Amino acid sequence: MSTDVVAARPGFGHTLRAEWIKLRSLRSTWYTLGCLFVVALGITILASNAAGQSWAEATDAERQAWDPTGRSLTAYIVAQLIVGVLGILVVTSEYATGLMGTTLTAMPRRTRVLAAKVVLATVVAVIAGEVLMFASFLIGQPLMDRQGVPVAGLDDPGVLSAVVAGGLYLAAIALLAVGLGVLMRATAGALATLVGIVFLVPAVAGIFPSWMHGVFTYWPTIGGSAALGTVADPDFPHPWLNLGGMCLAIAGVLAAAFVVFRRRDV
Amino acid sequence: MIDVRGLTKRYGPETVVDDLSFTVEAGQVTGFLGPNGAGKSTTMRMIIGLAAPDRGSVTIGGRRYAELAVPLLEVGALLDAGAVHGSRTAYDHLLALAVSNGLPRRRVGEVLARTGLEGVARKRAGGFSLGMRQRLGIAATLLGDPRVLIFDEPVNGLDPEGIRWVRDLMRSLAAEGRAVLVSSHLMSEMAQTADHLIVIGRGRLIADTAVSELTRTGGEGTVLVRVTDPGDFAQRLVAAGAIVRDGLESSLVVSGMSAADIGKLAAYHGVALGELTPQRVSLEDAFMELTRDSIEYQGVAA
Repeated sequence: MSTDVVAARPGFGHTLRAEWIKLRSLRSTWYTLGCLFVVALGITILASNAAGQSWAEATDAERQAWDPTGRSLTAYIVAQLIVGVLGILVVTSEYATGLMGTTLTAMPRRTRVLAAKVVLATVVAVIAGEVLMFASFLIGQPLMDRQGVPVAGLDDPGVLSAVVAGGLYLAAIALLAVGLGVLMRATAGALATLVGIVFLVPAVAGIFPSWMHGVFTYWPTIGGSAALGTVADPDFPHPWLNLGGMCLAIAGVLAAAFVVFRRRDV
Repeated sequence: MIDVRGLTKRYGPETVVDDLSFTVEAGQVTGFLGPNGAGKSTTMRMIIGLAAPDRGSVTIGGRRYAELAVPLLEVGALLDAGAVHGSRTAYDHLLALAVSNGLPRRRVGEVLARTGLEGVARKRAGGFSLGMRQRLGIAATLLGDPRVLIFDEPVNGLDPEGIRWVRDLMRSLAAEGRAVLVSSHLMSEMAQTADHLIVIGRGRLIADTAVSELTRTGGEGTVLVRVTDPGDFAQRLVAAGAIVRDGLESSLVVSGMSAADIGKLAAYHGVALGELTPQRVSLEDAFMELTRDSIEYQGVAA
């Protein structure tokens, strides 16, 4: 048989293309991306319009530490959750429908399948994250300028790297979400864990014992996102180190996900 | 084509598949039969590498599933027709699978045509009836024109037209020289589809036999006899060495003696026979006989 079906020996590129077809053919992918931009840019506009009042009420010390770049990027706090949902869905939508069995029957090399999902999630999240962060900056600054508060330009020192860091941070959170999706296999569980990591732990960080504060230096939303500002935070003198540390920890989560994905019965 | 050797799978303390060995040959439909919970699906999942066996091995054409370079060219497997994303179109679902194995795009159109789904190719699978989902799942198995096909309960929930379609497809796939493994918990279904049967219960092999063989040996045949004075003739039958039970409407159910011998006995004693019918053992009965001890939860006979 098989005479009229000539196949090239499939490689990683085929797996990646197959994953892309699956991702682009779901409406939820585009809804999530649309939601990301509408919500995050909406927050940017609201936060920028409130800048005038904040400036008027600010003390001298606060005016000293005024960071127009960081202010226009604050939408990352909500954006990371929506990007996370996208990362989770890349994996858990297949578990929810039972499709993972079909996928792994067609391509039993599991490391390759997960690697394709990780690469795809990274590419999509980096592009979406960078576009979003640049858009936030470019929309936020003129809005603040209209209210007569200090603003920044992309060519000011540290501004470009802060905006770029914003996009990379969001991509890293998407990868964390992929890892959680594999480990939990369920959208609800992975999402609850992600919310716990990026929102709950930072909110209650103060009550944890002091030895844990070393961990918070690299924690998402705390130290991990320090690179999104241009005014040096005395707690995080080298913010890219903090972001790098967070990425290392996420790489650890992904490594665990690869091991589990290889070994576990589907 | 499929060679299962000493396959064993445990989930906690429970042994779901227990030292199971059988082969599936090309050119015929092999029915994989057993009551619910017998370990059929688990065995099939181990054949295609979705679950790892605790002991034993499975090879397809001499190789482990994970070693197949282009799996869809060798094996098409449908374990769960519901395993499609409801908001993806039939076409995109199949396209992603084809692309993952480097198969040409035109194969998608070809399998859609063979399964009669061309009209709904651009529709989202979420709106499909169970029968259409089953067809979509079968279309996916045919993408690579494989030599081995594996279907888990393919007619479950189908209407009679769908059942006939699946049955005819299985027959034609086998006639094309492919190895077809089909699981079912319904003997009557397998009787009409399969050439060969592998019967398991509680994870163990109970029978590995041709269908024709099973009806012949699966329990002694009986003969239904009707005479005007059953009591008298029954005594003569017993005297001649037969075992006689009372049947419905004062008939006699005779075992241990062939219809021809019963006829001769009647002629010798001058008894007029109202009816003399050899009862074929149905596959259903043979199956019940085989699996009686291996049903997980047995209802109490009323």
